[in-house]
Amino acid sequence: MSVLDKAQLPAGAAVLGGAWVRERRKAPRRRRAWVAGILGAAVAGLFFANVLLGSYTVTVPDFLRLMGGAEIPGASFIVMENKLPQALLGLLAGASFGVAGAIFQAMLRNPLASPDIIGISYGASAAAVAAIVVFGARGAGVSLAAMGGALVVAVLITWLARGRGGTGLILVGIGAAAFLQAAVTFLLSRADTGNARDVMVWLSGSLAPANWQRVAFLAAALLVLLPLAGPGARQLRGLALGADTAAGLGFNVPRARLLLTLLGVLLAALPTAAAGPIAFVAFLSGPIARRLNNGAPSLAVAALVGAGIVLAGNLAAVNAIPRVSLPVGVVTGALGAPFLLWLLISSNRSNQGG
Amino acid sequence: MALNSHPTRLSARNITLGYAGAPIVQGLSLELPAGKVSYIVGANACGKSTLLRGLARLLSARSGAVLLNGADIHRMPTRALARELGILPQAPTAPEGITVSELVGRGRSPHQGWFRQWTGADDDAVAAALSVTGTLGLAGRTVDELSGGQRQRVWIAMALAQETEVLLLDEPTTYLDLAHQVEVLDVVSELNARRGTTVAIVLHDLNLAARYADHLVAMKAGRVVAEGKPEAVLTAALVREVFGLESVVVPDPVTGTPLVVPLGRRAALLGAGASLAGAPA
Repeated sequence: MSVLDKAQLPAGAAVLGGAWVRERRKAPRRRRAWVAGILGAAVAGLFFANVLLGSYTVTVPDFLRLMGGAEIPGASFIVMENKLPQALLGLLAGASFGVAGAIFQAMLRNPLASPDIIGISYGASAAAVAAIVVFGARGAGVSLAAMGGALVVAVLITWLARGRGGTGLILVGIGAAAFLQAAVTFLLSRADTGNARDVMVWLSGSLAPANWQRVAFLAAALLVLLPLAGPGARQLRGLALGADTAAGLGFNVPRARLLLTLLGVLLAALPTAAAGPIAFVAFLSGPIARRLNNGAPSLAVAALVGAGIVLAGNLAAVNAIPRVSLPVGVVTGALGAPFLLWLLISSNRSNQGG
Repeated sequence: MALNSHPTRLSARNITLGYAGAPIVQGLSLELPAGKVSYIVGANACGKSTLLRGLARLLSARSGAVLLNGADIHRMPTRALARELGILPQAPTAPEGITVSELVGRGRSPHQGWFRQWTGADDDAVAAALSVTGTLGLAGRTVDELSGGQRQRVWIAMALAQETEVLLLDEPTTYLDLAHQVEVLDVVSELNARRGTTVAIVLHDLNLAARYADHLVAMKAGRVVAEGKPEAVLTAALVREVFGLESVVVPDPVTGTPLVVPLGRRAALLGAGASLAGAPA
């Protein structure tokens, strides 16, 4: 037994056995709870900053009166029809993108495998634009089209990249994303909108088109989908060990992959239908969540990071330039591009993408 | 834990295994002796890892069947099977940021489900697995910061935490120095002695396999060319047939099991081959 790591064993550990292991297992959970708590507070702060601050500042007492149902000329319209739905849409869309990205990144064991990089979000966007421009769809029809488009892209890139592994899938996906982005531009150029803001929504994402109907629809959909992230996370923890090890531990690998892909695709498509493919949120959330969570992936932390990125990005986009309100996707895109470069350089150096 | 009075039998009946192209293992039948440790040896690409994957249903047999106590493993629910049969694939990779206790805890997955959550018994199983592999002191560390040897023992701890009656290990000593190789194989032998676990190990090192095996299986080109007690099976003729290597087989000075001493061209150059071939046993 001389080569065993006896020296590192604290006195009494062998006697305590299970209890000692229990303590070691609790430490990461405790850390995750702290991280989630602090992030939750930060997201709440950003949410209220989005609602209250900006070109039209609302005081907290006024906001509470509005919530109580009071009518305040000017403030009522701006808060109830504009700022509040935008902030809620940002919160929901960010959380949804964050979970979608973390699912794909953990499942394919590569941070580049997020739905916005591999074309799934653009598939949703292109289908939504086609539905609006070609078929005059509105509301739920746009969401259905987005889900359909995202699923078709997911099936297509999986089929095209069959037998080429995770890297093959990512390369095919990047190609699909570029093609679909061109398709969105083409469709919008054929439409008579001519409105730059509409174009921006479907190319890089924006909270400007928020309204209560979109918020309610997305909230209802997430209410159904997000609880599935719990059992999904369990399957992800298995798949993260690699297909063979996971199968050896009794995970049904093909079924788990199928269900997680479906969940990830829907979680990427639904917010896209409401706010466009907000650039790089899905891509950024997972790795940032891991960094905050001591390197371990967590869907809950990724959801909070996603919501935080969109709300912080929107705050900056709306207030950075006086009298100009940029779409949130411009800010998140500007943040995401350097991160993508850094990831490509650093993963190339260490010769692994995960 | 008491010695298992009904050790579990795992056998392959006329199985053909392969990936996209031509079959790698063809019409192979093998019965792992119940409650014993079998070592599977053979040259690179002889199909030994493929056979192990087939035995663990990581690969479906094109024809034939793998039977666990007489039942076809492909008809068993995956989680029920994972409570009976554990496999440690070759060179597994740990997710980034995972701690040792978490990774070993994943070995408890088949014992959990929708209604059966993590319990004290799971903690005890993890502690026991960490303890026998000498990794209890690493429980709070992340796997990324471990050395290759420590990491391999942690993976074996994960397979042990699964508490299966059959354990299949694919090259469990990869990346380990000699001391740790011996350590790992000792751990497996102790487990077998204590619990009566039926074990099959694919191993590159013929001499270690001969020393530790109750039952030695030699493979060539997807079929079994010899099997039995190492003393009965491992001869210079077998080494020539399986590895295409000229050697002298002498008794291991420590255990008396066969020890393969390769001749090699350098020994011949030095003129040592003749004297070795005639060396006293």
